[in-house]
This record gives sequence, structure tokens and C-alpha cells, in this order.
Amino acid sequence: MSALDLARIQFAFTMSFHILFPAITIGMASYLAVLELCWLRSGRQVYVDLYHYWLKIFAVTFGMGVVSGIVMAYQIGTNWSTLSEFAGSIMGPLLSYEVLTAFFLEAGFLGVMLFGWTRVGPGLHVAATCAVAAGTLISATWILAANSWMQTPQGYAIEGGRMVPTDWLAIIFNPSFPYRLAHMVLAAYLTTALIVGAAGAWQLLKGRDNPAVRKMLSMAMWMILLVAPVQAVVGDFHGLNTLQHQPAKLAAMEGHWQNAPGEAVPLLLFGIPDMHAETTRYAVGIPHLGSLILTHSWEGQIPALTDFPRSERPNSLIVFWSFRLMVGLGLLMIALGAWSLLLRRAGRIWRQRAFLRFALWMGPAGLVAILAGWTTTEVGRQPWVVYGVLRTADAVSPHGVGPLALSLGLFVVAYFFVFGTGTRYVLRMIRKGPQHFELNQPAQGGPGEQRTPSRPLSAADVADDEGGGG
Amino acid sequence: MGIDMTVTWAVIIFFAVFMYVLLDGFDLGIGLLFPFTPDKRDRDTMMHTVAPVWDGNETWLVLGGTGLLAAFPVAYAIILSGLYLPLVFMLIGLVFRGVAFEFRFKAREGERHLWDQAFIGGSVVAAFFQGVALGAFLDGITVSGRSFAGGALDWLAPFPLLAGMGVMVAYTLLGATWLVMKTEGELHARMVQVARPFALMLLAAIAIVSIWTPLRDPAVATRWFSFPNIVLLAPVPVLVLVFIALLLWALRGKDQRLPHRLPFVAALALVFLGYCGMAISIWPHIVPPAISIWEAASPPSSQGFALVGTLVILPVVLVYTGWSYWVFRGKVKADAGYH
Repeated sequence: MSALDLARIQFAFTMSFHILFPAITIGMASYLAVLELCWLRSGRQVYVDLYHYWLKIFAVTFGMGVVSGIVMAYQIGTNWSTLSEFAGSIMGPLLSYEVLTAFFLEAGFLGVMLFGWTRVGPGLHVAATCAVAAGTLISATWILAANSWMQTPQGYAIEGGRMVPTDWLAIIFNPSFPYRLAHMVLAAYLTTALIVGAAGAWQLLKGRDNPAVRKMLSMAMWMILLVAPVQAVVGDFHGLNTLQHQPAKLAAMEGHWQNAPGEAVPLLLFGIPDMHAETTRYAVGIPHLGSLILTHSWEGQIPALTDFPRSERPNSLIVFWSFRLMVGLGLLMIALGAWSLLLRRAGRIWRQRAFLRFALWMGPAGLVAILAGWTTTEVGRQPWVVYGVLRTADAVSPHGVGPLALSLGLFVVAYFFVFGTGTRYVLRMIRKGPQHFELNQPAQGGPGEQRTPSRPLSAADVADDEGGGG
Repeated sequence: MGIDMTVTWAVIIFFAVFMYVLLDGFDLGIGLLFPFTPDKRDRDTMMHTVAPVWDGNETWLVLGGTGLLAAFPVAYAIILSGLYLPLVFMLIGLVFRGVAFEFRFKAREGERHLWDQAFIGGSVVAAFFQGVALGAFLDGITVSGRSFAGGALDWLAPFPLLAGMGVMVAYTLLGATWLVMKTEGELHARMVQVARPFALMLLAAIAIVSIWTPLRDPAVATRWFSFPNIVLLAPVPVLVLVFIALLLWALRGKDQRLPHRLPFVAALALVFLGYCGMAISIWPHIVPPAISIWEAASPPSSQGFALVGTLVILPVVLVYTGWSYWVFRGKVKADAGYH
């Protein structure tokens, strides 16, 4: 294995862990804002109970996102020094704005949201929750602007052997940015809805039926019913955008090697793309459907992989299957939403065990789909790191195999241990279920008090006392 | 414009890294002090003194990193790839330290010692390798053109390893004086005991660096000992001696009326002076010994764009940070009724 492979694996590994936490916090922050707004409007206790139940899980996830994010701020320089030097003038300011947003949010509003319930009025508290939700979305916007710019770069000039920004608006609003942002934010919402729905389903399967559990399952299923189909449409637009700007990626996703004159593109359901033989083995597909989806015509053709030199083809075997995994999970999400609608009539949604089990198993589907989707877009942009401008192989830091193997090994051990424990801890809190939250509590902490909870992870203290469970 | 944006950015990054050293310094110091305080109640108290602030402290490190990428991409590329292993070790140390902070309170009784170990280990590794990285940085990074051209183990040399020890001493002193300020009773008395030898060790470390760097680098010697610099810069070493004396004096007696804040203030001043001393030695280089801040700078359109947001948000963050330290001021008591 070469140093380049190791550097890529390390980046993919640390990034894959990291992305899951922000994905949950983006969705969860908005969910919490909705819960609190519903409470302010209706005054119903169930919303308060749910708010405080999910707030703890939000806090732990946020904390793990911060910890894993510090690593990401340094990985670009440690592992991709040529990229940093070549494109840092453009990526650096975008990432700085992300950090400033997060910093601002952390400093100002997160503390009020997590610990201010008994110290500020409801109006100010809901404002803080909404500010945190908005902050997570703004953070996502900057990160996706940076990533999208690398995929579809514009607004730059190359001077003295490095990229120089010439038009910041063009850089931020690059061609793939709106699609990627919408796709990712909806993915975060779906991921959260699936987790919330699975938590509700699990409680019902265990026979713990109460209004809070019903409410969270119901809200989650409405969300999935509405958002999953929208996500499919957004994904389709994103695909068309990819066809326009990164045709090699799209050809690899479809395992499409050759265009015969006048022949339509099928939609392959199964196949084993072979990079050496330049063909997709055991292909099973639906004729014309690929043309229909991608060109919106019966006979339309898309660029094929053999139209590109071998050195510019992404690995079709990986993206063909990561893409199908993502789409397959998306279809299951749509099915889950539709099924929940059918069961609502006679209240069977609370009782039908097959449905509840399906909802439970779909709990991690959003997270898996996010990883599959990112694999598709990131492996699919290879061999480029800044598309069409800088190759990944030229972007890597000049390290030997030894240091990279050592650091990769350390990251793997540390991450599985640390975030494995964190995940176990989150599952423990989820199993506990929503509890009655006493609205008129005296304020805790402050000067002279024994312990003033004030940081993300400490919001979750309560859950441990009765740990174990399950 | 009249204002050199590159210099402005150098000051911002200098400031962000300084804030990080200062703020995370004392909470890493808490981890370094854990071996001196085996009692669980003491450890809980020590944790509680920094619980409200530690992760905000780390954000300065991230800001320093991305700010460096935005304003000095060449320096970011060379320094981070040149100090690869020390920085990776530091990051992994920070991961363990960060989660141990709270997992420790959540762990069941039998698991807690595991997170105590993770907390100590994470703090030791993070502090030591920050020092190693600093030492290797000051020692000079081998550069060819705009890339790192040294070896993976360049940091495995006497000066960086000594700097690693030096930073551990500085952080331990910051942590101990912080606890002198924040605690009372037996723990307070023990921290006074611990702080004294570490104050002397820090003095020794500063002395070694002050002698070593001018000897090995003539440019540093010229910077400090040529006229008129020798007069203009004289306050730095003089103030170091003044604050060391003040620190030892403040830690000296059993006089209960002595302000408990004074040792911490003196320790902060020492770290600040040491930090300024290093900056004076390398100025105007951002990658010693070869690359200056202007050579490493990103184009004005990048520096200007990032500067707008920084100048808007940084003051707000500073005000809020100051306010939250004010809110959590005062002694932290032992927390018997926690579980």
C-alpha cells in the first residue's frame, strides 16, 4: 500500500466518523426548535418532555462533533500540504468562516440552550434554540461551499503556481453548491427523523406506550413521509448537475462504459464494473430507463467511461455500489413513510409489530446513506481533488509509509474506543425513554453552587444514574 | 489602506495561539496534576473548576489552524506536514482528554479509573507534543521552495524534547496556580506546595531556551544583543525575573490574607513573556528560519475576505468569554453530593 493510499484512507476514516455527528446535530437542532415552538404554541407537556429527552442526546453528539472536528482542522495540512499551499487561499477563508460561525454559536447560544431553561424566560430560550439550529445550518453552508467548490471550481485564477480568488460570490455559489447543500441538509433531517422514529418504535415494541413516545414516532413518520420523496427529487437534480459538470463521475456511478450509435442507456440494477476489462459484468438493467432519468428522453446518451482516458476515470466498482446502497436506502425510507401513512387510519401505527420493527431497523439507515452518498461523490471525483485542476496524487504531503501507517493505526484504535463508548452512551440514553420534565425547577449552579453544568457533554449527566438498562 | 493586512493577520494568529496556550494551558495542567491528587473528591473538584470553559478554550486552536490556512497557506502547509507526528500525537491526546472530561462523570464506578487514566494520558501526550512541536518549529523547519523537505523524525532532537518538557512544566504551573485560586483547604495547600518547584523549573526552562537559541542561531543573538535592541528588549528578561520573584513570594507564606489570585496572574505573565520572547526571536518569519510572513501570505483578496468576519466575531467572542469567566469566578467547593 502506498503513502497516498494510506493518506486517503486516513482522511476518509476520520472524516467518516466526523460527518455523522454534525449530520445528527443539524437535524436534531431543528427538531428541538420545532418541539419548543410547538410547546410555546400549545403548552402541552409532551413537547417539553421530548425536548429535554433529545436535548441530552443532542449535547453528547455535539460534543463528539467538536472533538472529532478539531482533528479535521489539522488533517488538511498534515496530510494534504500541497493542496493547502495550492488552494489554501480559497479554502482557508471558507473554513475560517465555518469556525467563526461555530465559535460564535458555541459562545453565545449553546450555553443558554443547554443550561438556561431555569435561568432565562421561555421566549429567550426558544430564540437560543432557533439560533443554534440556524447556526448549524450556516456552518453546513460554509463547509459545503468549500467542498462544492473543490468539485466544481470557479471564480479563481492561477498566479505564481497557486490558486488565487478573483470572485468570492462565484466561489461560494459554484455550480454544484445549491444541490449539494440541499441534499445534505435534507439528509441530516432524514437521519434525525429515522433515529427519532426508531427510538419511538423501540419503546413501543418494549410495551412502553405513552403520549410522548407516540408523539415522537408520529412526528418522525410525518417528516419521513414528506422529506424522503423530496430528497429523491433533489437527488435527481443533483445527479443531472453532476452529469453536466462531472460526467466521468456519473458514468462511473452507472457503470456505463460504451455508447453504441443510437443505443439508449439502460438503468443497471446489478453489475460488477471491471476497471481493467472496461466493462460491467453480470449487468442486469432496465432498457431506456437510464436515458429517461438522465436525459429525460427515450434515446438520449450520456458520456461513457471509455470517453475519458484511463488516468481520469474514478473507480466504478466502488461508486456503482455506494450509489446503489444510498438510493436503495432512500427507497426504503419512502416505503417507511408510505407504510406509516397507511397504518395511521385505525391507530395501527402504534401496534403493528412488523411496521415498528421496520422503523427500528431503519434507525441507522440515514447515517449509512450519508456515508454511501459521500463515498459516491468523493471517490467519484477522483483522480482530482480540485476537479480538473489538481490531482489527489499531487496534493498529498511528502510523508513516507511509516508515519502514515502509524498515525492511521492510532486514529483507528482511538476513534473506535472513544466514539464507540460515546455511542454506547447515547444508546443508553435513548433506551431510557422520555421522562416527565418538571417545569418549575429552581435554578441550579451559578457562583457558589456545587456544580454548574455548562458544557455540551455535561447536559447528559442525568442519564447515567440509571444506566445499564436494555 | 495604510494597514498591512499581512501583519494584522500575523497578530491575529499570534493572539489566537496565545489564547489557546493560556486557556488550554491551565486545563491541560489539571490533567498533569491528577497524579499528585489520587483522591476522588479532589479530582472531582479539580475537574469542576475547568468544566465550564475547557471546550471553548480548544476552539482557539481550531481558529488558529484555519486562520493560518486562510492567511498564510504556505506556512500552514509546511508547518503541519513538517510537524506531522507530533501534531497527530497531540490531536489524539486531545481526543482522549476531551471525552474523558465528561465520560468520567458518566462512567460507572468501576470504569472511572479508566477515564482518569485517559484524562492523565491525554493531557500528558497533548502537552508534551505541543512542546515538541513548538521546539521543532523554533529549531527551524527544513524547506525547499514552498514545501517541507525534512524527515519524519526531525523533531526527535534534544531541543524539541526539552521544549516538550518545558511546556509540561509551564502547563503544570498554570494548572497549579489556577487551583490555588479556585480551591480552598487541603487541596489549596497542596497546590501551593506543588507550584513552588514548578515555578523554579519554569525559570530553569526559560533560562535554557534563552541561552540555547541565541547560541545556535546567530540571527537570534543579533536580534536580542545588538544595539539598540538590547535596550528596547531588556524589559522582557527583567519582567521575567520580576514575575518569578512575585510568584515565589506569593506562594511563600502561610499568610491567609495574601490574594490567591496573584500566583495565577504571575504565572500567566510568565507564559506571556516567554511566548513574546519567542515571537521576538523569529519575527518576521512564520516558518523559521527561511520564510517570512509576507512570503507565506495568501493574496489580499483572501486575507481581506476572511478578516471581515474575524473582526466582527472575535470581539463578541472575547466579551462573552470574559463574561463567562466572571460568572464562574470564585472558589469551587468539593462536591460530595454529586452522584
